Amino acid sequence: MNDMPMVRFENVSKRYGPLTVLDNLNLDIGRGEKVSIIGPSGSGKTTVLRMLMTLEAINDGVLWVDGEPMTHMMQNGKLVPATIKHIRRIRAKIGMVFQSFNLFPHMTAMGNCIEAPITVLGMKRSEAEERAAELLDMVGLSAKKDHYPSQLSGGQQQRVAIARALAMRPKIMLFDEVTSALDPELVGEVLQVIRKIGREHDLTMLMVTHQMGFAKEFSDRVCFFYQGKICEQGAPAEIFGNPKNERTRQFLNAVLEAG
Amino acid sequence: MWIRMLTAMLAATLLLIALLSANPEYRLFMPGLLEGAVLTVEITLLGAVLAVFMALIAALAKLYGPLPIRWLSTTYIEIFRGTSALVQLFWLYFVLPQFGIFLDAFLVAVLALGLNIGAYGAEVVRGAIVSVARGQWEASIALNMSKAQMLRRIILPQAFTAMIPPWGNLFIELVKSTSLVSLITLADLTFKAQQMNQSTLKTVPVFTLVLLIYLAISLTVTIAMRLLEQRTSRGLTRGRVA
Ligand SMILES: Nc1ncnc2c1ncn2[C@@H]1O[C@H](COP(=O)(O)OP(=O)(O)O)[C@@H](O)[C@H]1O
Ligand SMILES: [Mg+2]
Repeated sequence: MNDMPMVRFENVSKRYGPLTVLDNLNLDIGRGEKVSIIGPSGSGKTTVLRMLMTLEAINDGVLWVDGEPMTHMMQNGKLVPATIKHIRRIRAKIGMVFQSFNLFPHMTAMGNCIEAPITVLGMKRSEAEERAAELLDMVGLSAKKDHYPSQLSGGQQQRVAIARALAMRPKIMLFDEVTSALDPELVGEVLQVIRKIGREHDLTMLMVTHQMGFAKEFSDRVCFFYQGKICEQGAPAEIFGNPKNERTRQFLNAVLEAG
Repeated sequence: MWIRMLTAMLAATLLLIALLSANPEYRLFMPGLLEGAVLTVEITLLGAVLAVFMALIAALAKLYGPLPIRWLSTTYIEIFRGTSALVQLFWLYFVLPQFGIFLDAFLVAVLALGLNIGAYGAEVVRGAIVSVARGQWEASIALNMSKAQMLRRIILPQAFTAMIPPWGNLFIELVKSTSLVSLITLADLTFKAQQMNQSTLKTVPVFTLVLLIYLAISLTVTIAMRLLEQRTSRGLTRGRVA
């Protein structure tokens, strides 16, 4: 089982009506691997993460997580569509951070971080609070634990969201353009936190990003998406230094020009 | 700010009732009217509890129930919104006995009004749940909550705040529609007023007092709802630290 990748997209397709958003995607992500997804707007990057988080159903193919099928389950040697119980068991291994934070506005930073550990994992409150305090400290927000999201800056909210996801002890973390909604001066503090958890935790990380500098320095592999397909992938030095594909070159040039 | 103004209005109304009662012309009617007012308030409170309960069940059933349950809930909502509260009262009180079901008038009053307001409330609850940002559901899924956990811990608490103002309107509606119960023999505020008016022909004092008492009840409801709104919106708007 351990030679299976942490995540496997096997012939996965996603359609909205007549629109094919992802076309027969095959993608493996290794244990502990940090993979960045880049590509133009509308190329299906968000959809990749949302399918993995089970926020979108897939139309074709199988999604594997940690050696087990997630969208399906084995029954008499055949893969059949998974029950919600099965999905929840597998989904427990995945956490996600959103572009728009999505903190729970009626709970404090601490409340956000202990909610799911208590209700979902059945942790004791004191235990959950202890763990949440550590995580809030790790993201540099010990002093803000009793603040509501509306009292925090965007960068602070996003760091709480990261702590909240980590509180569930996922093996895989998904980041969807987590700095895109932030004022430029707040981007750094969030990237700093992501760097830190990349170093300190044995996490598999999959991130959609427009921060090319960060993708280059942080990831083990970069995937360039174009019109619902992986157009080119490889080590960051390759993709950024010597892109083979014309589309990749065009995209990187456009991004570099923009800023 | 609003609460202060409303409280001032309530105080003025109560003061006016007190001042008028100093006049023997008026004082004469006060004991009877207050007796009726107590019944009005009782029916309002119990009706409100039933309405909230029914609204919650019907809204959740309509949103998340299996198809037959959704149908059942929609049927309930449409029947009780689509026919008048008076007809519902009459039906429960005068028609059901034809089928051998005899219900006490007070029970009928609470049932009919509670079910009626509950049907409107179901749409209020449903609207408030639907209006909670989609990202809240998605964050809850990403934290691996079950549907019930999401609803109970994340969605309903946020929907609750959005529901309070429309529920305030419905409760006022409820207070006013309690006057219909006078038509099924219950001695509520309106019933007492008509009775006294007929026996004494003192139309001005009787209906002036009745008007003021209804106003006092409605203002109390409005103030209570405003206070509730203030308490629960903590965190949802930029506010103080708990
Ligand atoms: N719920 C939806 N309904 C219809 N089309 C959608 C929906 N979500 C995304 N799409 C379409 O799918 C395509 C890929 O979207 P997305 O994965 O968000 O792209 P990216 O994140 O790369 O910008 C886009 O063309 C988008 O318009
Ligand atoms: Mg996107």
